[in-house]
Amino acid sequence: MKITELFERGEFVVSAEVGPPKGIHIEHLLEEAKTYLKGVTAVNVTDNQSSVMRLGSLATCKALKDEGLLPIYQLTCRDRNRIALQSDLLSAAMLGIDNVLALTGDHIKLGDHKGAKPVFDLDSVSLLHTICKLEAGEDLGGNKLVGEPPKFAKGAVVSPCSDSVDSQLAKMERKVRAGAEYFQTQAVYEPEKFIEFMEKAKQFGKPVQLGIVILKSAGMAKFMNDNVAGIHVPQDMIDELKADKEKAKAGITGVEIAARIIKECKPYCQGLHIMALGWESKVPSLLEQAGI
Amino acid sequence: MLITQLKSKETITSLVNGKKIFIINCQGCKEVHFPEKEAAEFQKELAADGKVTGTITTDYICNPENMKLRLEKHMSEIKAADLVLVFSCGVGVQTIAEYLEDKTVCAACDSCRLPGFQGVTPLEYDCGQCGECYLNLTGGICPITACSKSLLNGQCGGAKNGKCEVDPNMECGWERIYRRLEKIGRLDALKSPVQIRNYATDDEV
Repeated sequence: MKITELFERGEFVVSAEVGPPKGIHIEHLLEEAKTYLKGVTAVNVTDNQSSVMRLGSLATCKALKDEGLLPIYQLTCRDRNRIALQSDLLSAAMLGIDNVLALTGDHIKLGDHKGAKPVFDLDSVSLLHTICKLEAGEDLGGNKLVGEPPKFAKGAVVSPCSDSVDSQLAKMERKVRAGAEYFQTQAVYEPEKFIEFMEKAKQFGKPVQLGIVILKSAGMAKFMNDNVAGIHVPQDMIDELKADKEKAKAGITGVEIAARIIKECKPYCQGLHIMALGWESKVPSLLEQAGI
Repeated sequence: MLITQLKSKETITSLVNGKKIFIINCQGCKEVHFPEKEAAEFQKELAADGKVTGTITTDYICNPENMKLRLEKHMSEIKAADLVLVFSCGVGVQTIAEYLEDKTVCAACDSCRLPGFQGVTPLEYDCGQCGECYLNLTGGICPITACSKSLLNGQCGGAKNGKCEVDPNMECGWERIYRRLEKIGRLDALKSPVQIRNYATDDEV
């Protein structure tokens, strides 16, 4: 099933993200997904996230699908040229994976193979364009595909609390023009900035899923403030996490904060995307507290 | 070595599009083969329309100090133009665009790589010698060399406080491009069709 069908029906679509392991044992990931992500409609599978080599996104998507979950195949342009990307898209369609999230990808320098070649033959925009071409029955070289072409729900990302929001909106528009049908956002901690962004983004008429990362500690919040693009955790949230360290460690504070953000932003967006970063077990209580 | 080739007449004509132009030719650099004859012929055609406010032919515009001295004498002609059309390699165009930050500065040539010594250029500006120059879509800032991922269709989500995710001392190339386009009133350039780089160009030279 395509996630876009749910948006069309007016559903508030909730997805969560899982990261494949550095190895071939996937049982733990599947067990966690089945146990904790029951209340979630779709599961994003990251593609060598942060440029760290791991089990493939496509294989993990297939394993999740076999367990009855709805996977979203994250596809980055960092590691593959246009031939490999198109081939992997055809492979995905053949396996019945029809939700794709097109990303440029983090730079190689952020990962664990710093001497690798950064490919970036395409980028998020030209990848979306490429998917549309395949859907029209032709590859990027202008050659006809044999038989029925693939059809995907095409997602993309945007960073609503970025310090260069106008530039982000311009890129979002480019993605829409290239074929993006829905958006997932970078983690949001400043609802007022998100709402302001949505006021500007609604001109594109595409559903947007609010991005949420549950805060694990004050240290994590500070680390993200210093290092992660498009994220700013306000000081009062950091103080809240500091106030009761045990409560924060147990995940109670992080879930409370996330639930508040969701409640505040929900009227302005069309869905929710949770990046649990190992805290998949907190997802059910988050959804409950947020009233979803 | 590198070769500069004139962009197609249609491409340049659509850039000029009835605007008043000031022309800068950069010739004389030993590392670059410049299409002198073709450029001169084409510039005659441009001048026939009566829209050329001035022309200079010089060398090493990639040297900012040298370039400023040459341009200063022609500032009134440059100010009278809507567009500055530069016939040079990519480094030359970038140097001019940085100096004339309020003007639309366009590349009339593509730069193609040839084996051998690449010449001496300032570190701030670099030309990828891609064969198809993107400077006219990006306000004269090269997305190939100013962006660590050489992205052609806008910034990634990796910049933090305007700095690249790869190097906190490197400004995000696409944020620079956005600011420049905003300054020269050319944000519409961001709506240009999806760009995909053609790596085959080298073989076609």
